[in-house]
This record gives sequence, structure tokens and C-alpha cells, in this order.
Amino acid sequence: MDYLTTIGLEIHVELLTNSKMFCGCPADFGGDPNTKTCPVCLGHPGSLPVMNRKAVESTIRLGLSLNCDISPRSIFHRKNYFYPDMPKNYQISQYDIPLCVGGCLDVEMEGYARKVGITRVHLEEDTGKSLHVGESGRIHGADFSLENFNRAGVPLAEIVTEPDIKSPEEARAFAQLLRSTIRYIGISDGKMEEGSLRVDANISISAGEELGTKVEIKNMNSFKALQRALAYEEERQRKVLNEGGTIVQETRHWDDAAGITHPLRSKEEAFDYRYFPEPDLLPVEPEPAWIDELRESLPELPVARAGRLKSEYGLPVEMVSAIIAEKALADFYEEALKSGGDPREIAKWIAGDLAALLNEQSVDISGSPVTPAYIGELVGLITKKTISGKMAKDLLKETFSSGKSPAKIVKEKGLLQIADEDELMSMVEKVIAENPEAVEDFKNGKEQSLKFMMGQVMKMSRGKANPQITSDLIKQKLS
Amino acid sequence: MSISIEDVEHVAKLAKLVLTDEEKEKFRRQLSDVLDHAKRISEMDTGETEPTSHAVPIVNVFREDERRATLSNEEAVSNAPWAVDGEFKVPRII
Amino acid sequence: MAITEMEVKEIAEKINNKELSSLEVAEAFLKRIDTVDAGINAYITVAHSQARKAAGEIDDRIASGESVGEYAGVPVGVKDVLCTEGLRTTCGSRILSGFSPVYDATVVKKIREAGLVILGKANMDEFAMGSSTENSYFGPTRNPWDPERVPGGSSGGSAALVAAGEAPWALGSDTGGSIRQPAAMCGIVGMKPTYGLVSRYGLVAFASSLDQVGPMTRNVHDCAVLLDMIAGHDPLDSTSIPGARPCYADSLNPNVRGLKVGVVRELTSTGIEPGVLREFNKAVELLAASGLECEEVSLSSFEYGLSAYYLIAPAEASSNLARFDGVRYGFRAEGEMEDIWEMYDRTRSEGFGDEVKRRIMLGTYALSAGYYDEYYAKALKVRTLIVEDFNRAWGKFDVLVSPTSPTTAFKIGEKVDDPLTMYLSDICTIPVNLAGIPAISIPCGLSGGLPVGFQIMAPPLQEEKLLSVACGLESLLGFDEKPPALI
Ligand SMILES: [Mg+2]
Ligand SMILES: [Zn+2]
Repeated sequence: MDYLTTIGLEIHVELLTNSKMFCGCPADFGGDPNTKTCPVCLGHPGSLPVMNRKAVESTIRLGLSLNCDISPRSIFHRKNYFYPDMPKNYQISQYDIPLCVGGCLDVEMEGYARKVGITRVHLEEDTGKSLHVGESGRIHGADFSLENFNRAGVPLAEIVTEPDIKSPEEARAFAQLLRSTIRYIGISDGKMEEGSLRVDANISISAGEELGTKVEIKNMNSFKALQRALAYEEERQRKVLNEGGTIVQETRHWDDAAGITHPLRSKEEAFDYRYFPEPDLLPVEPEPAWIDELRESLPELPVARAGRLKSEYGLPVEMVSAIIAEKALADFYEEALKSGGDPREIAKWIAGDLAALLNEQSVDISGSPVTPAYIGELVGLITKKTISGKMAKDLLKETFSSGKSPAKIVKEKGLLQIADEDELMSMVEKVIAENPEAVEDFKNGKEQSLKFMMGQVMKMSRGKANPQITSDLIKQKLS
Repeated sequence: MSISIEDVEHVAKLAKLVLTDEEKEKFRRQLSDVLDHAKRISEMDTGETEPTSHAVPIVNVFREDERRATLSNEEAVSNAPWAVDGEFKVPRII
Repeated sequence: MAITEMEVKEIAEKINNKELSSLEVAEAFLKRIDTVDAGINAYITVAHSQARKAAGEIDDRIASGESVGEYAGVPVGVKDVLCTEGLRTTCGSRILSGFSPVYDATVVKKIREAGLVILGKANMDEFAMGSSTENSYFGPTRNPWDPERVPGGSSGGSAALVAAGEAPWALGSDTGGSIRQPAAMCGIVGMKPTYGLVSRYGLVAFASSLDQVGPMTRNVHDCAVLLDMIAGHDPLDSTSIPGARPCYADSLNPNVRGLKVGVVRELTSTGIEPGVLREFNKAVELLAASGLECEEVSLSSFEYGLSAYYLIAPAEASSNLARFDGVRYGFRAEGEMEDIWEMYDRTRSEGFGDEVKRRIMLGTYALSAGYYDEYYAKALKVRTLIVEDFNRAWGKFDVLVSPTSPTTAFKIGEKVDDPLTMYLSDICTIPVNLAGIPAISIPCGLSGGLPVGFQIMAPPLQEEKLLSVACGLESLLGFDEKPPALI
């Protein structure tokens, strides 16, 4: 039976501020346990919260980036429930009047675009961390827990999407685009591994119009995990329904190592958060001038940039997605274009070989020893047929490790492509003479053999042979 | 009689209180008295009245994103009933 | 005259011109406490050594010629709901019975900076929930006028210690009348400032949108002086009102002829003891006779004030008190625990007294799914109507008046098993907290040998006018009775 998949995401983003949401403690990651705390974030009796302006601004900027309306009046609520990582046993959050409402984000997929509605973006405080100690070191079976409140009170923006996402791939693409957006505007580092970007998903499948029972999935620590968890869950639900079963509304935990989701066993807690307006905080009523100022502070966003790169330079979707993912990479690309080289070639080299080198060496694009100008130069050398593509790959590696410009290396090493027909012809003749079998295959129409002979010539020329001329010469000789 | 024993049990559970049967009955009676009195507000015509959750007509109260001194770890756990190596220790959670 | 009977002004002057040392003054009050407090139980913690140390430091500063504040060296009692760094702060609860704050409340910081010497922490109803100071883990406070009777509450310890000469003044907190009602029952002056005038930072929250710290003193002048010390914007409290404020002590003007006084009908009709009403009416007549225009006014929403209050305050309290869970500070139940949920249940059940449990459950109920609109949301709307009624009244009157408490001090144990009757003690004081306006109670006479309080209410931030009317009435009344048993 065919089922439609419906996915909605809830994403928590730790905001990159100096201080916490409601107190002056450092908001950065790490540190010895309970060394970044004060009476406010430990929930000491008598302490009171005061809002961090930057956190509010970051949330409004995020809302604007997601095409949301900014509420003219927004208030904070208390969400009441007991948990030892929550110092006050309530979380200061937002409820019916969040800072930002009703936005959308267009996600470019292979061959189509998906518009994902943004229900709301609100601001809240993070919890501390529980370390479950016991034989297994996991929640289940732990003997006791240790509470560290360094993270308690770090500002969190929560983004809730409409259930507009139709597949695990779309969910992943959305989350990646959202991460890019967050990083473009500089409100968070969006590190899923460190928990500064946390994605929870609601997924249901249905045979007809009516939506199925949704299941919440937590604990995906990478984009890949998000996609895998949703794909697993999609399949699990399909099986249950096909076997005549029913889906239970529950929260399931993704176990990345096992590649499965399993229900979170929770003590029969009655969930009733008893939201009510936080009396210790006053409403936020952003003036239009302030909102305008924040809007003007936004850079060109990934979606807009992707559109521009596509239309101005005719780049294909997956190449655009790779280039725009990081602002610094896209900036690098546009800088490299100033060399006048072919935009597609430049994109290919940046998103391909350079990205791979950076990744291999764990270097950020901003720290790349290969400058945008070098990429332009490299592509220029290829276009002018000074070097072959094969040579260019090695040349890039050398540029990367030495920091010298490609032209300089070519000059120093005499790495010029052989385009001289006579010189190439003598090599071609030699290869034909040494490989009668390949010649026979070629005459019998086996395309493979041409590649083989090309390879032999390349080997003989130590990669310097111009591939186009060589190929033409082989064909000419054997025709 | 506004509220039942089940109601008392439910709120006690939400509030993390355990009650003896006697206490449940006593609180049921006392809370019912108060709630019956409180219910009088339903007589009042509040029509389009906006709720007042704050008594001060002020908005947009912010602090700048600046750090202030933290407590030392010793101070942070100084009142803890059970602390180990600077962390708060609690019985198992699940 | 004994030091403990002197007015604040006199003590301050004598310290300033070196007739008395701060330490001598502190010792006199500590001796008084050691002598009488066993019978009154106004203090939970007496800070003998800290007080001596603080007083000694003031004396050193004076000796070295440093200019100290006008009231430096004067002792003070502090309600045990205010955090005092390194000095146990219990809120009258077992759950904080061993709690030593790591910081000073802003008001505590301010009085320390002004040079006041904290003698100790005053008894109170647990977490300020009560009207009799019987709900204290540390035992009830007794009324200095009659030890068989309650001192009112929840700041009953602060009121009793001022009345008994165990400090010349004290700080209290007022959420629904907790300063004014005990002040009335103990024959002293007690004031609740405009919500937001005094910082709540370090005031252990009962109902955050209603709580205010305020002075409890022997006369209106001292009240203005202590208010001057504690008032002012605090960046640590978002609900603190920014901007300049006048000096209340300097602007006291007892000549208040021509002001218009509204006598609130809803707070003077049903449920008021005849003796209380008699003394109240006499005071109104005095005001009228001295040139103020007194007229009755009906503010019909006040009928519902108590109902709204007993939904809003417990709702906020149920959330505010969730943090007492045995994890980071305070009491934790002993013994083997299966898991954290058992630890929560046992810690909170053993750590809180009955009244606190009642209000937590009441508030939890009012906020819980299915009842929110019927109870909590409705109560917030009633609150709006009360604010609107006040605003209408300010169009016509400078101040409003009523008795502070419907009764004089009642017998210990008389109302403990009947919460609703106990709650009715706050009927006259509650509308003030719901609207966030300032109000003061001053003693206006005796009924059956027990003090009666007169409440004056003013528009937001009009403390000057409020204190001036109080000061004028105080001099007209000439009330100078003292608790008989103690003199
Ligand atoms: Mg959230
Ligand atoms: Zn902090």
C-alpha cells in the first residue's frame, strides 16, 4: 500500500551570545562543571531573570530570515514540570505570543522546490545537563545522576515548522538550509555534535487525506542521522500498518549505532505544563524602527544567494547547494569569479577538490592556503590548455601544501602540458605498437580500449599529454 | 463540593507531594471551601476585559549582553544536600 | 530613656554625635531580644556576632572621621524572606532550615550600605503564606499586646519585634497585606510601596506579580526614612521602575487640608468587627474635622478581590516553589530513594507545611488543563476590573481609606483549621496588591485593648502624598499606646 509521509520539525538553536539569557554567566560551551553559574541560573531563592537584548535581537533576526512576522507584543510564559536539569523546575519559554510567527523557507530539491511553512520562532532558556552514572553509563540502569548547570540558561531559539515536509531527504535538506541560514546571520554556530543545533522530528504516514498518528523522534546528532532516523521510522510505521497494527503516539529515541528508534520509557508522568505568563519578565514590544534596523543587518541569505548563483551563472542545483552552504565558501566562490574564469569550472574545483582537501586536513575555508585568486589561476591554466585536468589535481594539492600560486609552481617545475602534435604522435605510435590487443578491441568498437590507450600515453608523458589532442591522434591513427 | 479526591491526587502528583488518605480528605474539604468562594468570580461579567498579569506598565526591559562574575564552584554547591566533585548528585532519574 | 525605647531619629543622632556607639546600641537591642524573645518568638535567627561585627565597623568608620550615613549604626530586623549573604535565610520553612544564601537581596545590600545593623531574621508564615505567623516551621510568633494572640502575618515576626522593642524598625514583605495587617494587629506603621518601587531581587518569591518589600516602623517619619533607603531602580529586577524619585522623608507634609478622601464602602460594610469600625470611623471624622473632604465611594469589583487573589497568588506560588526539590540547596528527605521522583515527593512532602501545600495545590489546580480559563484567566480579568475601579476613583479622590484588617488580633489556633476564614483576614488589603498601588497602615486606636489599623491607599508612585496623609492623621490621632505586657 502507498503511504504519504508527513514530517514537521522542531529545532532548537543555541544562540551565540556572550552571556546567558537571563544572567551574566558565560554562555559558551564547556568548562568545569558548575563553574558558569550564579544565583539566577541555579534558580536560587529570590533571584530574578533579566532579558539579554542580544538574544532577543538574534531571535528577531532569525525570524526575519525565515520570512516571519514579528509580533508587535510578545510575552514569556513559564512551562512547569519537574526535571533535575531544570534549576527552577520551570522553563522560561514562550507560549501563545512568541516573538516571530508565520514564516516559510524554500528548500531546493532535485527537480523541484519544497516550501516549508514556519509556524513560529520563539525564545527560551536551555537546561543544564544530567550525567547518568552507573554500570552502563546510560539513562537506563544508571544508579544516580550528576547535574551540571553550566548550560542552564543559555538562550535557545526554537523553530517549529508546519508539517509540510514529505520525505526524510527533504527533512535533511531543510535542516541543512536552516543551519546555513543560521550561520549566515551569525546567531549560532549550529553544531549538531555539540548540541548547539538540535532537531526533533514529528513523523506520520497516511494512506488518505487524513493525517496519521504522529510519532516524535529525538536524539539525532547529525543531518545524516536525521535522514536515517526518519527513513527508519517511515519504514517501521509502514510495516506496522501493513500488518494491520496501529501507530502509538509516543516519543522515540534514535539509536544511531543500532540504526533504530525505540520508545523512551518514562515513568507514568502526567504532562500538564500549566503555562502562565512569567510575572518576573515584562512584555517585548519591538518598535518598527528596531525591526528595520535588524532587517538591514541581515546579509544576503542562502536562499537568495542560491537563486542568484543559479540565474547569473547557470550552476546546477547540487553545485549551488554545496557552494552556498557556508557563507565563507560562497564568498570565496564569488571572489574567485573575479579572475574571469568559467563559473562552472570554478564552482566544480571549489566544491570538489578544494572542499575535499579542506575536509581532509580539517581546515576551514577561511583558513584555506589556496586563495580564491589561485583557483581562478588554476582554472585559467586549464582553459588555456597549459595544463591538463589531471595535472591540475596534483597542482592544487601542491598549492594547498605549499601556499605557492599555481602559476609559480608550473613555472618552477616546468609542468607544461604537451600539446605538440609531433611529440604526442610519437608516444601514440609507441603505445599502438606495444598494445596490439587494445588496437584489435578498438577496431571491434570497444570504447574501453580508447581509454586504456589514453591512460598509457598519460603514463608515458607523466600526465602532461593534452587529453583532447591525444584522443584525436589515437582515433586518427587507427581509423 | 468543588473538587474530588481524584482532583486532589492529580494536583498533588503534578506538584510532587505525597498525601496520606486523611490528608487527601482534609485538603479536599479545605480546597473545596476556597474554590467555592473563588468561583464567585464567574458571576462577574468580564466581557472583553483584557487580563492583567503584570502590575507595571513597562515593556522592553533588557540587559546588555555582558558577562558578570559567576559563583565559584564551591559557592555553587555550598548549599547542596549531596554534591560530588562540584556536581549536584541526585538519585537515578529513570 | 532606655535605648530600646528611643526613636530611630534619636538613636541616629546620638550615634552621630558620639553620645552612643553603634555597638552599645546593638548590645542594648540584643539584650532586649535575649530577654523577651523567648516569649514572643519574633526572630528565627538572632545574628549576635554578625551584628556586633557590623556595629563595630560602623564605630571604627566614625572614629576614623569617615562620613557615614545619617542612620548608620541603627539596628534593624529583617524578615526571613530576604536573602542575607552568609546569614541563614529560612522563609519560616523546614525546606530552607539550613539555607545560607550566597548573595544579599538588593534591599539588604542597600540597608547595609546605609550602615544599618542587621540584628536578625524575623519570623514569618512559611513562604509568607498566612495571616497569623502560625505557619512557621520555627513556631508561632506571639503578639506583644497579648501573647495568647497572633501578631498577624505573614510579617508577624517583623511587626512583633518592632512592637516589643526588639529593634527600632524592620523590613517586611507584602503580597496580600502581609506588612499592613500585622502592623495593624501589633499597633505599628507598615507600608507596602508601589509595585516596582522597591527591588524584589533577593526577596524569596511568593507571588511575583504581587510581592513588595516595605518598612515596618514605629511612626510615619521612620517609615519614610526606611523607604528612602530601600526604594529605587534595580537593574537586577525587570519589574523595577526606572527613573528618579523624591526623598520621602524630606517631602513629608502633615498639612493635608483640602485633600479628597474616599472611604471604600466595600471595605467598611460587611465582615468588619464593630470595634474596628468604631475606631476607623473616629479617625475618618478626625480627618474630616481637620479640613479633608471625606466621602464614601463604591468600588464594586472589590467584592471579588479576595477570590481573584486566592487564585492568582497560589498559581504563581505553585510555580515559584517548584524549585525547592532537594537538588541544589535546602532540605532533602533522608534515607534510601528508589529514584529522583521519590526524592522529590518525600523532600517536598516533609519539607513544606500544610498551608504551603494547600496553596501549591490550589495554584496547580487553577493553572491545570481544563481549569485555566475558568479560574486563572478569569481572575486576571477581575484584576483588570479592580485596576480600572481604582483608576476611576483616582479621578475623584487623592487617597482612599479603609480599616486595614477586619478584626483585631485573634487567638492563636482560632483559625488554623479553617483556611477560608483565615483568608478573609486579608479582605481589605488585597485589592492594593492586585492593582500594584501603595498603601500604609497606621494605628488608629484600641478595641478591647488591641490595636486597630487604619489603611490609606494612593495612586501608583504617589508615596509622598500617601505618607503625608498618614503623617497628618498620625499627629491628629496622637496614638502612643504601648503593648502593656512589655512596658
Ligand atoms: Mg522548547
Ligand atoms: Zn548565571
